[in-house]
Amino acid sequence: MDFLGIPLPVFMGQLLIGLINGAFYAVLSLGLALIFGLLNIVNFAHGALYMVGAFVAFLLLDYVGIGYWPALILSPLIVGAFGMVIERFLLRPIADLDHLYGLLLTFGLALLLEGIFRQVYGVSGETYAIPASLQGGFNLGFMFLPTYRAWVIVAAVIVCGATWFLIEQTRLGATMRAAVENADLVRAFGVNVPLLVTLTYGLGVGLAAFAGVLAAPIYSVNPLMGSNIIIVVFAIVVIGGLGSIKGAIASGFMLGLFEGLTRVFYPEASNIIIFVVMAVVLIVRPAGLFGKAA
Amino acid sequence: MTRSATIARSGRPIWVKCMAEPLLVVDQLQSWYGESHILHGMSFEVGKGEIVTLLGRNGAGKTTTLRSIMGLVKQRSGSVRYEGKETIKLSANQIARSGIAFCPEERGIFSSLTVKENLLLPPEIAQGGMSTERVYELFPILKTRGNSQGTKLSGGEQQMLAIARILRTGARLLLLDEPTEGLAPVIVEKIGEIITKLREEGFTILLVEQNFRFAERVGDRHYVVEHGEVVDRFERDEVAANREKITGYLGV
Ligand SMILES: Nc1ncnc2c1ncn2[C@@H]1O[C@H](COP(=O)(O)OP(=O)(O)OP(=O)(O)O)[C@@H](O)[C@H]1O
Ligand SMILES: [Mg+2]
Repeated sequence: MDFLGIPLPVFMGQLLIGLINGAFYAVLSLGLALIFGLLNIVNFAHGALYMVGAFVAFLLLDYVGIGYWPALILSPLIVGAFGMVIERFLLRPIADLDHLYGLLLTFGLALLLEGIFRQVYGVSGETYAIPASLQGGFNLGFMFLPTYRAWVIVAAVIVCGATWFLIEQTRLGATMRAAVENADLVRAFGVNVPLLVTLTYGLGVGLAAFAGVLAAPIYSVNPLMGSNIIIVVFAIVVIGGLGSIKGAIASGFMLGLFEGLTRVFYPEASNIIIFVVMAVVLIVRPAGLFGKAA
Repeated sequence: MTRSATIARSGRPIWVKCMAEPLLVVDQLQSWYGESHILHGMSFEVGKGEIVTLLGRNGAGKTTTLRSIMGLVKQRSGSVRYEGKETIKLSANQIARSGIAFCPEERGIFSSLTVKENLLLPPEIAQGGMSTERVYELFPILKTRGNSQGTKLSGGEQQMLAIARILRTGARLLLLDEPTEGLAPVIVEKIGEIITKLREEGFTILLVEQNFRFAERVGDRHYVVEHGEVVDRFERDEVAANREKITGYLGV
C-alpha cells in the first residue's frame, strides 16, 4: 500500500511522530503564551523547567518509589510551586524595568538549572520506563500504534483544552485576559493582580513540567532535553502570535504535523522547516497567524 | 488664589464641627510622574451621598487626582482618607476593596472580553451592590449586546458599560472621569439621568468634568483645579452668581 509513492506505514508513522512532537510543542508554547501575556517576558527558562519536570518524575520514582501517574500530577505541582517562588522573588522585583531584564534573568536561570543537572547526571540521560498500563499498542492494519504515544496525544489535547477553557470560558480566565490588556485598571477593581501574575507563571511552568513528565518515557530524561526543543517552541509561539492561547495550541499541533510531512517528502529540510515557516509568517503577517495586529 | 489660601488656612473646615468626617477627604495630596510634579497639594472633600465635581482645563491634573486617590499613581504623598481611614499607603487593589470604584477617562473596556464579561469583571467587594437585573434595567443595551466584543459597542454604549460594571460591586464611592467626553447630546442627557438616579440610590460620586453645563446640573459642589491645586470652590447655590468667573476658569 503506497501513498504518493511512499509506503503507507512509513507515511503514517511519520505523521504520528509529527503529531506527537506537535503535542509537546502545543503544551510548551501554550505555557509560554500564558506567561508572555501577563508578564510580558519570553520565558527563556521554559525549556529548562520542562527538563526539571521530567527529572522530578525520574527522582520521584528513583528515590521515593512514586510512579508515573502520581508524578504526572505531582511534578507539575512541585515545578509550578518552584516557578511561583521564582516569579515572586526574582521576576517581580524587576517587573517595572525593561523586559529585557526579565528575559536575561530567565535565560540565566535556564543555564543554571541545566548546569546543575548536567553536573549531577551528565549528558547521557536516564531512562524512564513506560508505565505498565500504557505498554503495548494497537495494530491499526496499516501501522502499529504504541499505546503510550496515543496517550501522549490524548493527554496533550485534554490539557490544552482544559487550559483553553480556563482562559476563555471562566471568570478567572476573563480576569487574566483583562489583566493582559490593562493590569492597572484590573487592580483598581480590587483584583490582586500581582498574585494573579504569580499564579499564571506557576501555571505556565506547571504545563512545561507536565510536558516533561509526558516526555520522560519517550525520550531519555536528559539535562539538555529542554534546550533541544525550546528553540523550535519559540519559533512556534512567534508563528502562532505572541501571547495568543489559541494560536499557541493550533500552531503547536499544526507545525508538528507539518514537520512530520516534511520528513516524509523532503527529509533534508525537516530540521529547518519550522524556521522557514516562521520567516515567511513574519514577513506576511508579523503579528503571527492568530495574533492581533498591533 | 485667595480662595484656595482661605481653604488651606482654615485647614479642617465645616466637618470638624459636625463630628463625622466626610466620606472622602483629600488633604494636601501631591503626586509625581517620574520627575514631573503634577499635583501640588490638592485638598477637597466629598460628603456621603453628594455629587462633587472637579472642574478644570486640559492638563490641570483632574485625572491624576482620581488615579492618585485610586492608588494608580504610585508616587504620591499627603492624605486621602476614606470613611476616616488613611489610604495613601495602600495599593490600588486594597483601596478598591475599601469601597471606591473607578471609571477611567478612556473607559477601559476590554477588547478581549465580551460585554457580559466586562460587566461581570469587577469582583464584589462588599454587600449591597446593585443586582445584575437592576443594572440591565438601567442599561438595557448591555443585555441585548451581552455577547458582543466589548469594544464593538459605540462610544456611548461603552461609557454606559464602564459605569454599569462598577455599580454591582458594592463600592459606595464612584470616581467618574469625564463620562460625557465626546458623546452626543442625547447620550449626555441619558448619563445625566443615570448619575442623578445613582445619587438617589445612595451612591456618592466624585465627577471630573470639563463640560460645565453638565456638571452644574448634577453637582452639589464644584472644585476648580488649576496646575494640580484646587483654586476655588462653589456650592450649588453659588453657581448662578459666579457663572462668569467659573467659565473664565474653564476658558470657555
Ligand atoms: N503618565 C504620565 N506621565 C507623565 N506626565 C503625565 C502623565 N499623565 C499625565 N501627565 C501630565 O500631568 C498633567 C496632568 O494631567 P491630567 O491627565 O491629570 O490632566 P486632566 O486635568 O485630566 O486633563 P484632561 O482634561 O485633558 O483629561 C499634564 O501636564 C500631563 O501632561
Ligand atoms: Mg483627564
